[in-house]
Amino acid sequence: MLLEELKGIAEKEKAGRKQICVRCCMSAGCMSSQSAEIKQVLEKAVADRQLGDRVEVRRVGCMGLCGQGPLVSIEPEGLLYERVTPENAATIVETLAGGTTSAQRGDLTQPFFARQVAVVSRNGGRIDPERIEDYIEAGGYGALHHVLHELQPADVVVAITQSGLRGRGGGGYPTGLKWATVAKSKGERKYVICNGDEGDPGAFMDRSVLESDPHSVIEGMAIAGYAVGANMGYLYVRAEYPLAISRLQIAIRQARQRGLLGDALFESTFNFNVEIRIGAGAFVCGEETALMASIEGRRGQPRPRPPFPAESGLWGFPTLINNVETFANIVPIIIRGAEWYAGLGTEKSKGTKVFALTGKIKNNGLIEVPMGITIREIVEDLGGGAPDGAKIKAVQTGGPSGGCIPAHLFDTPVDYDSLMKVGSIMGSGGMVVMDDTTNMVDVARFYMQFCMEESCGKCIPCRAGTVQMYQLLNKILERQATIKDLEQLEELCDLVRNTSLCGLGQTAPNPVTSTLRYFRNEYLALLQPETGGYGVDAKQPADAKVAL
Amino acid sequence: MGHQDGTALGWKGKEGLPSGGPSTHEINLADLSKGWSKQGGQVKVVKPPLPSPDKRWKIIDAKMRKMGYQPHALIETLHAVQESFGYLDEVALRWVAKSLRVPPSKVYGVSTFYNFFTLKPQGAHTCVVCLGTACYVKSASKILEAIEVFTKIKPGETTPDRQLSLLTVRCIGACGIAPAVVYDGNVSGRVTPEQATEKLKGYFSHAS
Ligand SMILES: Cc1cc2nc3c(=O)[nH]c(=O)nc-3n(C[C@H](O)[C@H](O)[C@H](O)COP(=O)(O)O)c2cc1C
Ligand code: FES
Repeated sequence: MLLEELKGIAEKEKAGRKQICVRCCMSAGCMSSQSAEIKQVLEKAVADRQLGDRVEVRRVGCMGLCGQGPLVSIEPEGLLYERVTPENAATIVETLAGGTTSAQRGDLTQPFFARQVAVVSRNGGRIDPERIEDYIEAGGYGALHHVLHELQPADVVVAITQSGLRGRGGGGYPTGLKWATVAKSKGERKYVICNGDEGDPGAFMDRSVLESDPHSVIEGMAIAGYAVGANMGYLYVRAEYPLAISRLQIAIRQARQRGLLGDALFESTFNFNVEIRIGAGAFVCGEETALMASIEGRRGQPRPRPPFPAESGLWGFPTLINNVETFANIVPIIIRGAEWYAGLGTEKSKGTKVFALTGKIKNNGLIEVPMGITIREIVEDLGGGAPDGAKIKAVQTGGPSGGCIPAHLFDTPVDYDSLMKVGSIMGSGGMVVMDDTTNMVDVARFYMQFCMEESCGKCIPCRAGTVQMYQLLNKILERQATIKDLEQLEELCDLVRNTSLCGLGQTAPNPVTSTLRYFRNEYLALLQPETGGYGVDAKQPADAKVAL
Repeated sequence: MGHQDGTALGWKGKEGLPSGGPSTHEINLADLSKGWSKQGGQVKVVKPPLPSPDKRWKIIDAKMRKMGYQPHALIETLHAVQESFGYLDEVALRWVAKSLRVPPSKVYGVSTFYNFFTLKPQGAHTCVVCLGTACYVKSASKILEAIEVFTKIKPGETTPDRQLSLLTVRCIGACGIAPAVVYDGNVSGRVTPEQATEKLKGYFSHAS
């Protein structure tokens, strides 16, 4: 492949475009409500109406507003239709010939869309994820060419460092620093791994990126490979995401056919290949050392670090492991520059973050917002508040490793450090909204049960501690517990946090400690009154000052 | 789904399995070394024969061949077995162990570690209820409860007539349309307990 060929493909695509494009979302959410049939109906309607010379129907990836799917949009008109059905889909095409439609109109100018900044999701809802030509037309693989021909590997590392990008898998480790470490490590071979395990139950950012724009992740991995000196990449994707896996398979096949994966990319001396490895339903496999054990065909159990994967990773070779969203940020940084990226977000948290906004909220779906936006803005402006006027009580971020942020702290800006300060974490991007019908002790038990079931059993504090904490939470919820049990629970939280081997155990107490911090009264109200319960009214919010 | 050929079933005495197949062979440690023979200091690999003429074994063998019969092909191979047969039985586990030269204990260890692998044959239909956070907040437990009452089975079990297996999962990434249920691989969103039982009724209607 040469640059000219790449440009040729893009031009040919542009020339083939019709005046009007009817985009039909074919991501997992909309697919589950018949969007494949809807696309067929749309295509047939275009043919029946003989509009084929100016209208095309295109399969696209996620448009974000999954809660209102299936979604269909019309460009360049900028019209959005929600909850489309195979029955009313044809009438949407009628509108292009002067007719009317009964399909429900959506609003592309509402804050849910208008307040987003699309970096990672730049191609979502725009390109056909199963056609590499679409990606190339959108500028795809241009960044890889630029890097291979204009930059030294060290320059790439510098650019990523200057962008200030931090890992989107939850930890927030500076990506440039990680790349520099792997680049410096000596090894006969090196590997790049993309972590697509997305274990947080209640989050689907990575699924959406893989389904909507698989090539941007592959291109990001190839650039990383060049920067650190690796020729082989693995994409580890969880088995629960069959559509993401099949789109990746298609993308890899097409990239190989076009010579964009393989040997001597863009006639340089750089070779790069990727393979998919499918997870098998173990949350702990999202942890990097467990993930590598899983790729090696073993039980996914973590091991102590150091040595860090950057020094000794897959099969003992230096390995770069980054999250899906981290890789999806690479191409825009290369194309638009580190400075541009560093201009987005806050001082210590650069760029944007994709969140899966779900739970008791009007607009369910995926949003990409600049770091530093407040939780209130996300919940009230983008999310549209609670449906049917319920009162929002808290937002949970960070999944089983995170915490609940109460409504009175909704002015907290969303960045790594501020979220940490209020007792939660950025996490991978799950944001579950809870209203006053949700019992916070039950929420804590829900997460503890999850951690208990997912504990791999290798270290005792996590294996036994999560069971004990779960039982204590059960006892509290069954109104059998006393203040002593609560004290024991808090002690156990401390113990498990400080003595577990990996992040799973170290963070498993977080949902308990954060709900205890802000909703202690809900716990107290469930305790046995005669033995120290305070008979406190659970509805009274805990005094924030005392709690903090 | 499942084995057409009852003789391929290695599990004896497990619920709902056809009886009369060949008896389960005992773990024979001598078996283990059969795949290996030393010839002049070089380890020569003798590939074990396919367990039966069933074509599906060939597909699985092709998968292992593609990965060079390396031990790290284990998980991918188990995926292929489960995709072909619906579950992992002892014959398959032993054969994979020999082909990849991995001790059976490790193969068993891996297949029981990961939630996705099942050692039990599944029913004709599967119903997977999501119990991830977004679905939990939207009362997924009520759906599960209704299904449990209707089918009289618990998650991980199969109805006695082998029509339906009930499973749970922690998030399938359809949180935007929570609560979600997967019927035979097809995701359904915004499910109500009534809808779920209604849907399952269809699976039992032709079973007398
Ligand atoms: C229990 C546990 C689960 C994790 N799950 C994931 C996951 O699902 N996806 C992910 O990208 N990182 C996950 N991580 C973080 C990874 O270990 C690792 O830090 C990350 O993939 C690094 O990529 P990044 O620097 O781009 O964030 C998990 C960590 C722990 C301790
Ligand atoms: S929590 Fe059920 S699909 Fe994500």
